[in-house]
Amino acid sequence: MNLTLYVWRQNGPEDKGKLEQYEAKNVSPDSSFLEMLDEVNQELIEHGVEPIEFDNDCREGICGTCGCVVNGIPHGPQEKTTACQLHMRQFKDGDSLTLEPWRAKAFPVIKDLAVDRTALDKIIQAGGYTSAYTGEVGEANQTLISKPDADYAMDAAECIGCGACVAACPNGSAMLFTSAKVAQLAVLPQGQIEAAERVKNMTEAMLNAGFGNCTNHYECQAACPKGVSVKFIAKLNREYIKALPK
Amino acid sequence: MILDGKCPTGPIEKSWDKHRFEMKLVNPANKRKFKVIIVGTGLAGGAAAATMGELGYNVEAYCYQDSTRRAHSIAAQGGINAAKNYHNDGDSVFRLFYDTIKGGDFRAREADVWRLAQVSNNIIDQCVAQGVPFAREYSGLLANRSFGGAQVSRTFYARGQTGQQLLLGAYQALARQAKAGTVKLRPRTEMLDLVVVDGVAKGITFRNLVTGEIETSWGDAVVLATGGYVNVFYLSTNAMGCSVTAAWKASRKGAFMANPCYTQIHPTCIPQSGDHQSKLTLMSESLRNDGRCWVPKRKEDCEKAPADIADEDRDYYLERKYPSFGNLAPRDIASRAAKEQCDDDRGVGPGKRGVYLDYKSAIDRVGEDTIRERYGNLFDMYEKITDENAYKQPMRIYPAPHYSMGGLWVDYNCMSNIPGLFVLGEANFSVHGANRLGASALMQGLADGYFVIPYTIGNYLATVKPGEVKDDHPEFKKSVEEVQGRIDKLMSINGKRSVSSFHRELGKIMWNNVGMARSEASLKEALKLIPELRAEFWQNLKVTGDKNQRNGQLEDAGRVADFLEFAEVMTTDALHREESCGGHFRVEHQTDDGEAMRDDEKFCYVAAWEYKGEGKAPELHKEPLKFENVKLAVRSYK
Ligand SMILES: Cc1cc2nc3c(=O)[nH]c(=O)nc-3n(C[C@H](O)[C@H](O)[C@H](O)COP(=O)(O)OP(=O)(O)OC[C@H]3O[C@@H](n4cnc5c(N)ncnc54)[C@H](O)[C@@H]3O)c2cc1C
Ligand code: SF4
Ligand code: FES
Repeated sequence: MNLTLYVWRQNGPEDKGKLEQYEAKNVSPDSSFLEMLDEVNQELIEHGVEPIEFDNDCREGICGTCGCVVNGIPHGPQEKTTACQLHMRQFKDGDSLTLEPWRAKAFPVIKDLAVDRTALDKIIQAGGYTSAYTGEVGEANQTLISKPDADYAMDAAECIGCGACVAACPNGSAMLFTSAKVAQLAVLPQGQIEAAERVKNMTEAMLNAGFGNCTNHYECQAACPKGVSVKFIAKLNREYIKALPK
Repeated sequence: MILDGKCPTGPIEKSWDKHRFEMKLVNPANKRKFKVIIVGTGLAGGAAAATMGELGYNVEAYCYQDSTRRAHSIAAQGGINAAKNYHNDGDSVFRLFYDTIKGGDFRAREADVWRLAQVSNNIIDQCVAQGVPFAREYSGLLANRSFGGAQVSRTFYARGQTGQQLLLGAYQALARQAKAGTVKLRPRTEMLDLVVVDGVAKGITFRNLVTGEIETSWGDAVVLATGGYVNVFYLSTNAMGCSVTAAWKASRKGAFMANPCYTQIHPTCIPQSGDHQSKLTLMSESLRNDGRCWVPKRKEDCEKAPADIADEDRDYYLERKYPSFGNLAPRDIASRAAKEQCDDDRGVGPGKRGVYLDYKSAIDRVGEDTIRERYGNLFDMYEKITDENAYKQPMRIYPAPHYSMGGLWVDYNCMSNIPGLFVLGEANFSVHGANRLGASALMQGLADGYFVIPYTIGNYLATVKPGEVKDDHPEFKKSVEEVQGRIDKLMSINGKRSVSSFHRELGKIMWNNVGMARSEASLKEALKLIPELRAEFWQNLKVTGDKNQRNGQLEDAGRVADFLEFAEVMTTDALHREESCGGHFRVEHQTDDGEAMRDDEKFCYVAAWEYKGEGKAPELHKEPLKFENVKLAVRSYK
């Protein structure tokens, strides 16, 4: 199949950037979206043009490195799928695709489609952990955790930290990301002791890092490649209220 | 030179405890004066950095990804082993130790493996305390499953994302230390040289992958936890950025490369679909717990739809060849068996390089819902990639390069032959011998990072004056010049071929000649082809863009350049090891029914290779292996 691409090219954080047109020719429907970009890049290199820079690593939909906005949708049209797991059979011969980086105040562009997501790390550093020192922490099976709680924690822990939720949000909020970690740890006995501090510190860090606030658009859930649910945002809000001074 | 692994003596059950007691300690008040550089933030490096930060050392942690949470450990699906014996099914530290030694085909050190088995239980405790959401039973207890090559249920898991959850545990512990200021995080950096001063590791030179700047950092010790090298095959289950670069740079500075020919080819990967392919995707080995491997008995049937092939016309070859382990036979054995069937022209799918992994009987037995609960995400992933529904038709799988058992040589303290250089996780060679069992790499990474290095590095640092050498030492300047020189050379070739075309070609050479079946002729062929390709690389490579900026082409070019050198040592090792063991299968050394034949008389040793300069043959050093607790025996899974 043949496609026309309009790709955001921006030569560094200071550059203004613009869309450039490229043709992707003879694309195999079995190739992944990133493999399609690889082939376009091969051609660019042959013509002495700098290839399109994009972040990626595992290409298995788990490391959270990849991602760009395809025709307005973070990670592209297929539900619950990262850009690296998106396959070209999802598109038709002759389609036009516009590729842009995550756009959010908290994610400055590094080059082309690659952005700086350090702000997400800052949120975790503010409290997304239990303060367990390495060493004698007690036998694992001494604390029972019900299967529903364990499953709930795991549903929240599915988040791969890709930032698509931020790119999808009209406010550039990282609420889905933040709530997933808050909820995971709040439901487990190991995380409960620090729950109040955690939710306060992480929410504050989110706002300080330049992310917006959540006004319930739910675009985040629609864009999330791991199906992280907005129910965790409700959980965060409950945890937040619990943490307020009485 | 005969190498000494410096293993403790005396009864093995007491060896680690005794060693721990005998090691020197660093005064708590002095710890912050010691600067420790950790390259890699996967399970091994992440756990090490967090723990050493907690202990009070002044730690710097480097990784090439944009966040320390994204190391390739994240991709591990299946699970992590521990000798908890929660199921009362006969597991114990001794059995895990025994299984690992035997699984590794008697090519690993007993003392190291014992320690791994011993601390395996602490790992589970630690991860649970961190909030890792392991799978649970309805009782609230931790759930287990059995995993390739083990007859007991000792594998802990978190859906199909065990690696991710364990890594996030370590990442969060690391985040806590970053906030506390004990660890400084340096993502988007790539180590490009080890700085050695008077024979001792004293720092690193690295490239800032955003600005292109070449920087240095001094350290009283340097820890490499930089993962494995199977991307030398180009197509593998590893992430795009995985490389041998850090280890190879250390090797060029004198660190020995041990058993590089031991590579693991994983049996259950999605077969290649075309030339556009950039990587191969693993389907977790846990799938073999319920899936049955088969190919048609007759060549004529290979083109038929699987449902049209009657049960009696199917060859369940693993069950036939290995009645007691069946579909759970260890990886090296299962991979070779799949290759044999395809070589016999009975493979299925494109190019007939594939075998079926069939869930029909499991679905009939426990129902589709149970199978969905166990493997749902894997079936989804399979469908995304192949457009086939594995609930309705069998999966197609084929072996793919997956793991490197070989790596930098280390002693019992995880220290290389260069004092002050420590190596952890997949990057070292220590515990898996010639073949790794499923769910034991995660165990090793976390064992090394949480429970071994925090002790052993203290033993070393207690003998060092903190900050004795800093980056104003002339060796740092020299190192920067070397690194800069190599980058300038790469940028200035201005030839015609892209980096990835060279990588693909190297991968083909390695897969065809140094892959699942190796012969003297194929290895010699590779030793001819690799230097030819390397020569062309340095004459005809094209790297676009600017070195003083983010430049993915330049990053890849450096990595491929290192693979082109490393590949030769790997092949040399394979050629010298005139026996078959674990993942290293020499066609000249097999039994009548095609099983690997070891030669314990001649090859019961670790082969550690010393780099001797470009174009020169590396020098072999040996560390003899002694087996005092497990009897050397033929490894049989019949
Ligand atoms: C698809 C897949 C599934 C797997 N499943 C399982 C499983 O179920 N159970 C199991 O036990 N094992 C499994 N394994 C194996 C296991 O995941 C790995 O062996 C293990 O996680 C390696 O951990 P590590 O910390 O040694 O290295 P990695 O996690 O690979 O980390 C390497 C680190 O080094 C950094 N790095 C590398 N080079 C440089 C450089 N030059 N400069 C700066 N930083 C650098 C990287 O950024 C990264 O942070 C699987 C592996 C794969 C590929
Ligand atoms: S919540 Fe979903 S979209 Fe947001 S970072 Fe996590 S995985 Fe990505
Ligand atoms: S590259 Fe890892 S999630 Fe896409």
